[in-house]
Amino acid sequence: MALDAFAPWEDPTAKPLIQFQNVTKRFGDFTAIDTLNIDIFEREFFALLGPSGCGKTTMMRMLAGFETPTEGSILLAGQDIAPVPPNKRAVNMMFQSYALFPHLSIWENIAFGLRRDRLPKDQIAARVEEMLRLTRLEKFASRKPHQISGGQRQRVALARSLAKAPKLLLLDEPLGALDKKLRQETQFELMDIQEKTGTTFVIVTHDQEEAMTVASRVAVMDHGQIIQVATPDVIYEAPNSTYVADFIGEVNLITGKADPKGDALHMHWAEAQPAIVGAPLEGAQAGQELHYAIRPEKVSISAEKPTDAANAVQGKVLDIAYLGNISTYHVELAGGQIIKAQAANSRRISRRAFTWEDDVWLSWTATAGVFLER
Amino acid sequence: MRQMSWFNVTSLTLGFAFLYLPMLILMIFSFNESKLVTVWAGFSTKWYVELINNRAFLDAAWVTLKVAFISSTLATVLGTMAAIVMVRAGRFRGRTLFSGMIYAPMVMPEVITGLSLLLLFISLGMDRGVFTIVLAHTTFSMCYVSVVVSSRLVSFDQSLEEAALDLGSTPFEAFRLVTLPIIAPSVVSGWLLAFTLSLDDLVIASFTSGPSATTLPMKIWSSVRLGVSPEINALSTIMILVVAVGVVTASLINKRNVLRQRREEAAAAKLA
Amino acid sequence: MRRLLIVIPYVWLLALFIVPFLIVFKISLSDTAIAIPPYTPTLDVSAGFGAIRDFFLELDWENYIWLTEDDLYWKAYLSSLKIALISTFLTLLVGYPIAYGMARAPEEWRAMLFMLVILPFWTSFLIRVYSWMGILSQEGYLNQFLLSIGVISEPLVILNTNIAVYIGIVYTYLPFMILPIYAALEKLDISLLEAAEDLGCSRFSAFWLITVPLSKQGIIAGSFLVFIPTIGEFVIPSLLGGSRTLMIGKVLWEEFFSNRDWPVASAVAVVLLLILIIPIVLFQRNEQKQREAGK
Repeated sequence: MALDAFAPWEDPTAKPLIQFQNVTKRFGDFTAIDTLNIDIFEREFFALLGPSGCGKTTMMRMLAGFETPTEGSILLAGQDIAPVPPNKRAVNMMFQSYALFPHLSIWENIAFGLRRDRLPKDQIAARVEEMLRLTRLEKFASRKPHQISGGQRQRVALARSLAKAPKLLLLDEPLGALDKKLRQETQFELMDIQEKTGTTFVIVTHDQEEAMTVASRVAVMDHGQIIQVATPDVIYEAPNSTYVADFIGEVNLITGKADPKGDALHMHWAEAQPAIVGAPLEGAQAGQELHYAIRPEKVSISAEKPTDAANAVQGKVLDIAYLGNISTYHVELAGGQIIKAQAANSRRISRRAFTWEDDVWLSWTATAGVFLER
Repeated sequence: MRQMSWFNVTSLTLGFAFLYLPMLILMIFSFNESKLVTVWAGFSTKWYVELINNRAFLDAAWVTLKVAFISSTLATVLGTMAAIVMVRAGRFRGRTLFSGMIYAPMVMPEVITGLSLLLLFISLGMDRGVFTIVLAHTTFSMCYVSVVVSSRLVSFDQSLEEAALDLGSTPFEAFRLVTLPIIAPSVVSGWLLAFTLSLDDLVIASFTSGPSATTLPMKIWSSVRLGVSPEINALSTIMILVVAVGVVTASLINKRNVLRQRREEAAAAKLA
Repeated sequence: MRRLLIVIPYVWLLALFIVPFLIVFKISLSDTAIAIPPYTPTLDVSAGFGAIRDFFLELDWENYIWLTEDDLYWKAYLSSLKIALISTFLTLLVGYPIAYGMARAPEEWRAMLFMLVILPFWTSFLIRVYSWMGILSQEGYLNQFLLSIGVISEPLVILNTNIAVYIGIVYTYLPFMILPIYAALEKLDISLLEAAEDLGCSRFSAFWLITVPLSKQGIIAGSFLVFIPTIGEFVIPSLLGGSRTLMIGKVLWEEFFSNRDWPVASAVAVVLLLILIIPIVLFQRNEQKQREAGK
């Protein structure tokens, strides 16, 4: 990694913009957030990723001031924000429903927050124009929200929440209402705007692709707890648990018993199959139960047994999922375990090498997968 | 869409004939020349002229409008507050009693409401007149207003208000600048409902008014008890037409707005 | 701010809805007197504790005992219930086909039909009842019409009978019955009926087995909306009914205005309220159930 890369979380002297300190939030008997600690730094694009009900929206609403923590404290630039009401926080939010005021024009929607600060008229006008330019909405300034398309509404919501130049912008499923194609375009637009304005973004999403694309760091959440916080590549390549591995992308999970052998870690997982060989896992004891996670695209498929692979197993093609650019082969091994392997469709489908019921070899290198304790 | 069956056509025709014929007949006979209301003796507008020259009716109409205007305005303010409490205030002590008090006046027989309010005014030693009718009408129509407004508030997207707070509004500003303009149509219909309820009320007004104030329904009541009168037919015709024109206009305006909004939304979707 | 929002409507309703009832209840326990106000005792708090104690000692259930002894009252209660029950049933018979026809009408007509049902709501109740006086009287339009086509040879006596009261109630309360049933029927998916016919039902049995059960909530709601206010109805029996038409609302009015017997009128009101509580609670429970089912 280049030295000048943006990674304040690796710098012990950097001061975080937001700190969650042992924050717990309960709604009656239900614990939405469970003693959570996290630091988010200035200029970060931070994604909270998890299934619905994992507590990510509650975290965001606590930052915006619509919920208060039951225990613990949230610091913004070192200050506890618990006593600050939402209308006094230097935090703005982009709502999942956009929450555009239907009775106000686009221009008035964007000016709404500025007017609350009693700024002089010309200053408000200048700022609104700037926001309209930034989000390419100049043409629609005088329209009402129902007179523009979904994508444009999304940009109005963004412009409105950015107009007050908040220290922190919260985005609640900002692209959830858009169709897939528009969503991908908008993702890059969001990143671009984030970079231009230098604002810290915290985004809540259940879409792992979206989180991976836009975020500098991703926090994977489950049941009110953060399971892993890391950059997207680490989350994908080195998940810390089967939950994270399974949540992000496709994965083969195999369970077995550890057998440390010098530089490498072996795992016995089935009578008739060779042990899986991989990079060592710190603290793994012989005989301990382990999980092995390997992504399908890292598994090669071949007709003959490869000679140089660290891991090679034989099986029969059970199913083929054709996805256009790639195909996923479901291969059943002798013990009944099914392993998915992906291959690029560099040839036309009529000329593909394997088909149903073919005997094939699957192989991967020692560093392709990871061992996980939980 | 399948063709409507003869059964449905018949039941709709008969049903609406039943709903509208009596009023239609009444309106036709208001233009009857004869004093005998059931015998047609040629077209005339003399009963309308007589009505306009009848001071007692005009006075009663003035009292009624005054009462209706003040009480519906008060009821709209109180009913909207009550609706906000019902939908937004969450739990508070006495909530069950509160919602009971909102719903009960609507199912209460008017004779009981009227009697109880009268006894209250008497035991407080209040002079009965316009003021006491206003108090009575405000009390029962605020409940209707609150039901109308709260049914709109329930479907109101609360994130709009949160967005206003997030952008720096005080809670009061958020209500004034965002919530109120959006729920305004329901507040207006609440006001209209309260206004017509007050215009129409006979029983409660009879109990709570004194000799100084006679409302139009009370006036109509005292004359129709003696039988059908052509003057009352003329008055009824005017009242029916005013209401019909008002309601039809309101619903046409509403329909046009909905259609325009839908058209613009469709255009916006195409634009993308 | 929030407190003020709750307190203002709360206090208003307490003062003008709950307190008046307590007064009615208190007066119902007093005795009739020829005085102003025409009942005794009156509470004079300034006279000290002894006076307050005497005041409570003088209250009794005499008026309620009177209600059970004089058969005018319990007959009036029973007759009100009977009239309300019969007219609710009649309104259902008239209203259901209209609601059904509306729900099956082409979609572009429905808003218009809906408005036509709502419109009478906004016009004066009194005028709508009054409009039947000219129709139903001896020399009224209905008799003129029937005589002219030769169906009858002598005018029918309808006005000032219970029949006129039934007609008046059905007419004025019809929208209350139509609207909830229409709301239920409009939601009904036509393909359910097609499925029933596909599985071997006749049109008629599909109606009984599918349409009616699925509009049950609307029927129940509509019936309560007609039944509850009809019990205490005053205008309709007074204008269209005869001297033999007994309804409790009318009795209460006369007791109060003609006899000036406030304590008995109050007792009549209290008992009427107790009778009404049952259908009101049932209605609320039904609404609650529907709301929960809707979620």
